[in-house]
Amino acid sequence: MSQNSFKEIPAGHTSMPFGSYKEIQERPDRLAPGHRLCAGCGGTIAVRNVLKALHPGDKAVVGNATGCLEVSTFTYPYTAYEDSYIHNAFENAGATLSGVETAYHALKKKGRIKEEYKFITFGGDGGTYDIGFQSLSGAMERGHDMVYVCYDNGAYMNTGIQRSSATPMYADTTTTPVGKKSNGKPQGRKDLAAIMAAHNIPYVAQTTFIGNMMDLYQKSEKAIYTKGPAFLNIMAPCPRGWRYDAPEIIRICKMAVETCYWPLFEVTDGTWKLSYRPKEKLPLEEFLKLQGRFKHLFLPGNEYLIEAFQAEVDRRWEELLQRCGL
Amino acid sequence: MAVRKSLSGNEAVAYAMKQINPDVMPAFPITPSTELPQFVSSYIANGEMDTEFIPVESEHSAMSAAIGAEAAGARTMTATSSAGLALMWEMLYVAASNRLPIALALVNRALSGPLNINCEHSDSMGARDSGWIQIYAEDNQEAYDNFIQAYRIAEHKDVMLPIMICQDGFIISHGVSNIELLEDETVKAFVGAYHPKHYLLNADEPMAVGPYAVSCYGMEAKRAQAQGMMHAKQVILDVAEEFEKISGRKYGFYEGYQLEDAEYAIVAIGSACGTTKDAVDELRKAGKRVGLLKVRVFRPFPGKELADALKGCKAIAVMDRCESFSANGGPLAAELSAALFQAKSQAEVIKIVYGLNGRDYTVTEAKQLFADLEEIAANGRQETEEYRYIGLRE
Repeated sequence: MSQNSFKEIPAGHTSMPFGSYKEIQERPDRLAPGHRLCAGCGGTIAVRNVLKALHPGDKAVVGNATGCLEVSTFTYPYTAYEDSYIHNAFENAGATLSGVETAYHALKKKGRIKEEYKFITFGGDGGTYDIGFQSLSGAMERGHDMVYVCYDNGAYMNTGIQRSSATPMYADTTTTPVGKKSNGKPQGRKDLAAIMAAHNIPYVAQTTFIGNMMDLYQKSEKAIYTKGPAFLNIMAPCPRGWRYDAPEIIRICKMAVETCYWPLFEVTDGTWKLSYRPKEKLPLEEFLKLQGRFKHLFLPGNEYLIEAFQAEVDRRWEELLQRCGL
Repeated sequence: MAVRKSLSGNEAVAYAMKQINPDVMPAFPITPSTELPQFVSSYIANGEMDTEFIPVESEHSAMSAAIGAEAAGARTMTATSSAGLALMWEMLYVAASNRLPIALALVNRALSGPLNINCEHSDSMGARDSGWIQIYAEDNQEAYDNFIQAYRIAEHKDVMLPIMICQDGFIISHGVSNIELLEDETVKAFVGAYHPKHYLLNADEPMAVGPYAVSCYGMEAKRAQAQGMMHAKQVILDVAEEFEKISGRKYGFYEGYQLEDAEYAIVAIGSACGTTKDAVDELRKAGKRVGLLKVRVFRPFPGKELADALKGCKAIAVMDRCESFSANGGPLAAELSAALFQAKSQAEVIKIVYGLNGRDYTVTEAKQLFADLEEIAANGRQETEEYRYIGLRE
């Protein structure tokens, strides 16, 4: 996919003043280097780039569920965050930031703070799809003015690659290991973005690392500067869990989008909009074959597994097109 | 001028909440504390307080949001009971470790199972090692007075710990009695404004809360936290002294009732103390040297002071309104026994479990207990079990 394809079908309409690509790139990082995350970690790319969507000078409080990101970016006595930051526990990033955001309104009302703040919290798929799902749902339903960003790497990577409800079907994880009687995870992945859209919040979007990241920036900026709750689901590959060479990350993201495994879309005030439609939808193998966690699918006799997976991807893609009125 | 009113324990604590008017209250309903967020919501709806109420979807989120709000710089409170406190468990430790002076109005109720909505101290006693200050009330007046004192203790710079203000479910929370309320202005002046030193929304100094700590830092953090709890002892006494000046009511770690010359003492927490006082009054009339030690502060545990208050006693019954399932009696009995040992007490001690799942504790039982203590003092301890139940149906 070229950058041009994004010019033809840009990410969702917005009336907000996006910075130019160059201007955004030149913004200082709000996640400082020197943290302890793996080389090539998708979570890091997600956080750095979401935070770059904050307008220079705007203040923020960053929240974080327990996970790789937290233990690697706030290891006492060091913090990698330029902004105020709070980690609380694994399952409560939504509730925690809703407390911070409410405190902001309380103190603002009483004239005890004057500055404008934005509230952004990060959770992996374990802390978001699973153990923190209730906390997230509650925070979104109550309408707090905050952005919940899920960096979805499709398993509990911090504890050693256990399956989550975001893990794709047939993936080899340490709790769905491939064996004589197992083909990996038996279930498909939960469609969290759709569930969040069903909360009827102002903004939900799904993205990943594509091209020059403008899709990610634009959706992040829209999420941050839309009043009310917003949810961003960012596919963030994990080299250890997915088993690929770190430099392959961009190709994997591209294939996830071109095969329609990970479609890019946004839901603004209930209206679904596809952000990108591949000119030619590639077969799912193009995404699967790049990753060790799907290696077993390519063994002779396992063709039916890829067929089943492809059928599921097709079904979900068609459903998405319908939702987008396409 | 103080105002006299007839209020339930929940109404009284809600009134204290209104007078203090904290910045944020996340809360989730659970019997018998449900009325607290209800009353606060009504006060807010009628413009009588301007606390921001967060109607969270669980108690876990209530404590999580409370941690977020307090860390952000807001004076924060919540309320719960029983399973609600149990669901907060993980976060209770985090609140204390982060040194966040949140106030929690706890209405004591039995933990499941069996599912039971009545009074027991199993909820707060289970959380006794979570790092929270715990103060208990005998009646509605004390529940109100303790809540007024809560933030002064918790927010003290030498303490900076969360505080649990406990009252007995239904017996106090729903029992109406005459109490004396302080004037709004008096409360406001006593509690004062909250100016945290470090907070997330301080534009001049961004901060990070809730780190991952490796072995070379974590132990020091715990020790520093323990120091806050040690400091809390003096602060609790200082705040009580100041409170006496505005209310005329005296508080400390404990209340001794006819204890000074008592040879036989019952030690208890909460509403059982009122029942015991009636038994003491009756027996004193009959010339018996009996007394009560009412424990008000359980965390920090004033072991030395309690042992000292009991030093004239020949036999002591220590009462727990919860079962530890330790096969060794309840937590108050265990900790007080250790304190008596340290104080080289020669008194006979019997450990009692009573009042589980809301079982009544009566004056008759208290009198029988005093008779048993007298017997033990005279003829030695004949207990066949490590601890005994009273009020149990055979």
